[in-house]
Amino acid sequence: MNKKGLFGKLAAAPHILWAVLFIVGPLIFVLYYAFTDRSGAFTLKNLTSAFSAQYLSVFIRSVVYSLIATLLCLVIAYPVAYSIAQASPKTQKILIMLIMLPMWMNFLIRVYSLMSIIGNAGIINSMLKSMGLPELSMINTPGAVIFGMVYSYLPYMVLPIYTVMSKMDTRLIEAARDLGCNSGQVLSKVILPLSVSGIVSGVTMVFVPSISTFYISQKLGGGNFDLIGDTIERQFLLSNNYNFGAAISLELMILILFCMTFMNRFSDGNESGGMIV
Amino acid sequence: MKKTLASLLILAILLTSSVAFIGCKSDTETLNVYNWGVYISDGKYGSEYDTIAEFEKYYKATYGKTIKVNYTTYDSNEDMYAKIKSGASDYDVIFPSDYMAARMIEEGLVAKLDFNNIPNFANIGDDFKSLYYDEKNEYTVPYTYGVLGIIYNANVVSPEVVEEKGWSIFWDEAYANKILMINNPRDAFGLAMYDLGIDVNTTDPAEWKRALEHLKAGKPLIQAYVMDEIFNKMESGEAAISTYYAGDYFTMLENADSSVDLRFYQPPVTNVFADVMCVTSKSRNKELAEIFIDFMLQRDAAVANAETLYYGTPNELVKNDKDYIDYLGDDAKILYPDGFDFKSQINKYGYRNLDNDTLDLISSLWEEMKIDSDTGNSTIYIVCGVIAAVAAATAVIVIVRKKKKNKSYDD
Repeated sequence: MNKKGLFGKLAAAPHILWAVLFIVGPLIFVLYYAFTDRSGAFTLKNLTSAFSAQYLSVFIRSVVYSLIATLLCLVIAYPVAYSIAQASPKTQKILIMLIMLPMWMNFLIRVYSLMSIIGNAGIINSMLKSMGLPELSMINTPGAVIFGMVYSYLPYMVLPIYTVMSKMDTRLIEAARDLGCNSGQVLSKVILPLSVSGIVSGVTMVFVPSISTFYISQKLGGGNFDLIGDTIERQFLLSNNYNFGAAISLELMILILFCMTFMNRFSDGNESGGMIV
Repeated sequence: MKKTLASLLILAILLTSSVAFIGCKSDTETLNVYNWGVYISDGKYGSEYDTIAEFEKYYKATYGKTIKVNYTTYDSNEDMYAKIKSGASDYDVIFPSDYMAARMIEEGLVAKLDFNNIPNFANIGDDFKSLYYDEKNEYTVPYTYGVLGIIYNANVVSPEVVEEKGWSIFWDEAYANKILMINNPRDAFGLAMYDLGIDVNTTDPAEWKRALEHLKAGKPLIQAYVMDEIFNKMESGEAAISTYYAGDYFTMLENADSSVDLRFYQPPVTNVFADVMCVTSKSRNKELAEIFIDFMLQRDAAVANAETLYYGTPNELVKNDKDYIDYLGDDAKILYPDGFDFKSQINKYGYRNLDNDTLDLISSLWEEMKIDSDTGNSTIYIVCGVIAAVAAATAVIVIVRKKKKNKSYDD
């Protein structure tokens, strides 16, 4: 028994080292920078100045855009995941592979190529032009940014929901039908509650990267409006204001944590299958 | 547990610091050259001349000793400066831009050159000697220079209009949503200041704020703030007006769509830069480094580099070289416009190194410029309200249901 314990500890050691080096270490840096000024003295100014009206509106914009993107992802992904889960095992494999296919290509390249698809002189517009239709101005708008988020993170919503649904006991659905549920009731009373854990982890996996993105908003939004990720990136790469950048990051982390706790309330009482937080 | 964590932390620190030491092994037969990325002819692009290999051959033939050139690259002056300043790594030859050279000379990071080892310095044109950053020609040897200009699509904007308006075309409402702005404070502010006639190197906060207001006023007309996406957007005709350096204009021209007619205009008041070669003060092979610099000024290497980089060359030998003139063709008119006086241009309008207070001011003003936006704000608040209402409703439903459930279990 004792030996096994020692072995367990040894097996966990690399992970602990990893966690300390790459998770706890950076977090300590973030905390240190957030609470100090450039000379290294303690200050709360970084944290409070992030609450000025302008930064607050950036925060709100980021939350709203990523919420819209998450909602859209959910609305699109849920039926997709359901129909995949209904297919025969062989088709399921192929369909899931197709969902994952775009992820084989680098994320940055996919977003960059979106620029030349939805651009003013892009593929869509040149097609419209050749058909004699009026051109659309899509790029450099909030809509383009949200579209980019949905496009990039949709697979992260489909996969966990699909996983939960494919493991779902079909006998429960049959039983519900036998006991007189119509298909709407089957969905709302059986399938939906059983797939909550998949939805929660899908929402987490879409919402968190969406709210902190800067690449999508820079390339598809044209840099005309900031998301919080842009603001943070600029503090580090351009303004050299690590302290303020760390303070906003810290607040973003707290915001995400808050949102996740709220999310997890929905899955309370269910088996926590694929939850992340 | 605490002890384990502490010892692990120490172990981690030891590990990382030992990694840092590995790079410090010295070898007297090695020359460390630290240059901008894609800033030398390596035989892969443009000219077929591999400068580094040729230098190693040349050294062997002339001095009978085998040497090894360790060639590494950087992306920005600031990166390079930070590395040299930290002293962690030993580089011999570096290629700072003018303002950075001034700063490094001031801080004693670069060494005085022995020009007896650099006889080819005679090839450098007088226009490129005794400039503000090295008035006595003691520390630097110019390598290339470039000019910031307006790049535009002549199918959208006529050359006459661009030449008449100059920088103010970036504030012309007729071209709303067709203009690209550089996503970099120094260049964006510089543009506004050239347009307003302010000295780009001023330390007066009021002047910088005036430039900020000017940038804000032009913001609604800007299609996008870009760095390297500028190539894509100009080449495809997505945008019609932008600003970049002449060397980059040729790259765009080469890849431009057939429906796009890209032109370059150099306004009379604009930024020019020189990139120079220096030897670091910590160099252990100063003489070898000087021989390398001299080699870079020789005809073959200098022509190959000028053809590959496609920036202006300060080397008179190259400028009058028949091969080079043939290679440039009509582009020569843009690279070497008539009546261009590099010296007075860089001394009057070139970006200089600014003091830290001004740099801080610029970044905070830039922050203000970038953060200031009401794109979609009104719709945001509506959507925000709707989402909040939906969330609240679902939360209430879930809670009510749970309570009901619990009740029915209780019954």
